[in-house]
Amino acid sequence: MPPHLCQLCHTSRAQILRPKNHARLCAPCFISTFEIEIASTITTSHLFHPGERIAIGASGGKDSTVLASVLQTLNERHGWGLDLVLLSIDEGITGYRDHSLEAVKRNSAELGLPLSIVSYEELYGWSMDQVVAQVGRGGKGNCTYCGVFRRQALDRGAAGLGVRHVVTGHNADDVAETVVMNLLRGDLPRLGRGTSVVTSMPSAVGMGTGKEWEGKGRVGEVACTSVKRSKPLMWAYEKEIVLYAHHKKLDYFSTECIYSPEAFRGSARTLIKNLERIRPESIMDVVRSGIDMAKLVPNAEGGPGSGKPEAVQRDAGEDAEGGCGGSNGEDAGGEMAQMERKLQQDEQAEEDGTETEIKIPTKAVNGQRHDRDTQTSATAAALTSNVNGQDHDRHTHPPSNTTTTVPIRTKQEKKSNRKATRDTPPPKQRLGQCERCGYLSSQAVCKACMLLEGLNKARPRTGIEVGGAGG
Amino acid sequence: MSSTIPLAVEFTGGLELLFSNQRKHQISVPSSDSKGAPSNVGYLVKWLCENLIKDPRKEMFVLDHSVRPGILVLINDADWELEGEDKYELQANDEIVFVSTLHGG
Ligand SMILES: [Zn+2]
Ligand SMILES: [Zn+2]
Repeated sequence: MPPHLCQLCHTSRAQILRPKNHARLCAPCFISTFEIEIASTITTSHLFHPGERIAIGASGGKDSTVLASVLQTLNERHGWGLDLVLLSIDEGITGYRDHSLEAVKRNSAELGLPLSIVSYEELYGWSMDQVVAQVGRGGKGNCTYCGVFRRQALDRGAAGLGVRHVVTGHNADDVAETVVMNLLRGDLPRLGRGTSVVTSMPSAVGMGTGKEWEGKGRVGEVACTSVKRSKPLMWAYEKEIVLYAHHKKLDYFSTECIYSPEAFRGSARTLIKNLERIRPESIMDVVRSGIDMAKLVPNAEGGPGSGKPEAVQRDAGEDAEGGCGGSNGEDAGGEMAQMERKLQQDEQAEEDGTETEIKIPTKAVNGQRHDRDTQTSATAAALTSNVNGQDHDRHTHPPSNTTTTVPIRTKQEKKSNRKATRDTPPPKQRLGQCERCGYLSSQAVCKACMLLEGLNKARPRTGIEVGGAGG
Repeated sequence: MSSTIPLAVEFTGGLELLFSNQRKHQISVPSSDSKGAPSNVGYLVKWLCENLIKDPRKEMFVLDHSVRPGILVLINDADWELEGEDKYELQANDEIVFVSTLHGG
């Protein structure tokens, strides 16, 4: 049959069938269209401000590799003046992360972006290899440790760089998976976070051990900051991200974490991919449904009773940690809740056992910048005006959807806005910071410190039994 | 013995792990299937499962006799959906690329 011609330039052979609208494009037209749409997400959501210093959470995988490449391209093209850095987490998983970090290093050199790597070993005194050796392999516990540790590690890594905004490579398929998982768990309150382009997490990044806290004034020791999280690729199909990487010949690393037994996510993923084969629009429809459903849930993150700007999906500290890999702790709920219950039981049983020192290196939060005053108005305009020729999903969505379009300014948010906990409040709940490490936590001791305490007491196989027995 | 068609096949996005951890393979497949019909991509996929895949986890590549959902197929650098999917009849020196989107990072 004669080749289809590209619907945009009408001259080249069509190479891409777009899943969201069945458009047939040649590779160059596809690449420019993809970039225009990401730029549109950024400008219509007012995701960045000119001169903003932004850390790109870089794993070496396809999503973050594409994100880094596109942001670098757009930043230069539109003169946004963004100060981009790559931030990688080294979980300490031999045979997995060491390889993917090599890909990140190559990208860093290729794009000319500085790279900062923070490791679990340095932050917590435990690599994931060591955690797994301690708690056992094959259970769900591994991913829980990894997810809790990752979220703090990204925040602490960002704070160490003086960065207040971390962008991650979550794509539309990831968001659809998360929506499906939350639905299947009946966890409607969590829908909001997974489906919003911006999540904001004010986090205390005072770096210190519990000992250092004793008897010292906290003011001045702790640099509180607000690390914003956003997902510039959340309206991009995974297929298009992979095709963008393919046609631009980007260098990325793809393999599964050797400890990943996330069967539930895997099933959700299979479901999404099967739906896509039959009806590609399903993925974006699931995402939109998740957004709309989130608005109907009272007191949920971003729901009607939440009393905060609709676009800002508050992470409420670490109330919903867990999860692994690409999920970055944005979904998993059940496992962490179980783990928490067990740890609290342990704690009670121990009564006032020996104080465990948590190894978290002291790092000054320096070099924080507020470049808004130095911006030129032209640059400001570039980041807020619409991009020509955009054909963005959001524009075809009913105008009532404001979930992703309100300007983001989070610093003024009050603690009283914190999300109401859905379950009965765990003991010792309060608003504030972890008394050991200073991380924002709704409990006296944050989850990472609780997990570390379990590890440091060398209690055998705690995590695994929690995951299996269910308390 | 009928004639064969020379092809370049490539596996990326993690799929190479199933094929001797090698991305590019030069192969020759029979020019017609067992029923005498010209070999198409559907036939190629079956042929790869019988002749080239080294890993026992064939379901990572094929499910229900079709390429597993989440694996992109490119025929001469174009989505196979634009070329007739598994019905596309193989031509000499075609480049067929299989890219998994299923693996994270
Ligand atoms: Zn074109
Ligand atoms: Zn803590």
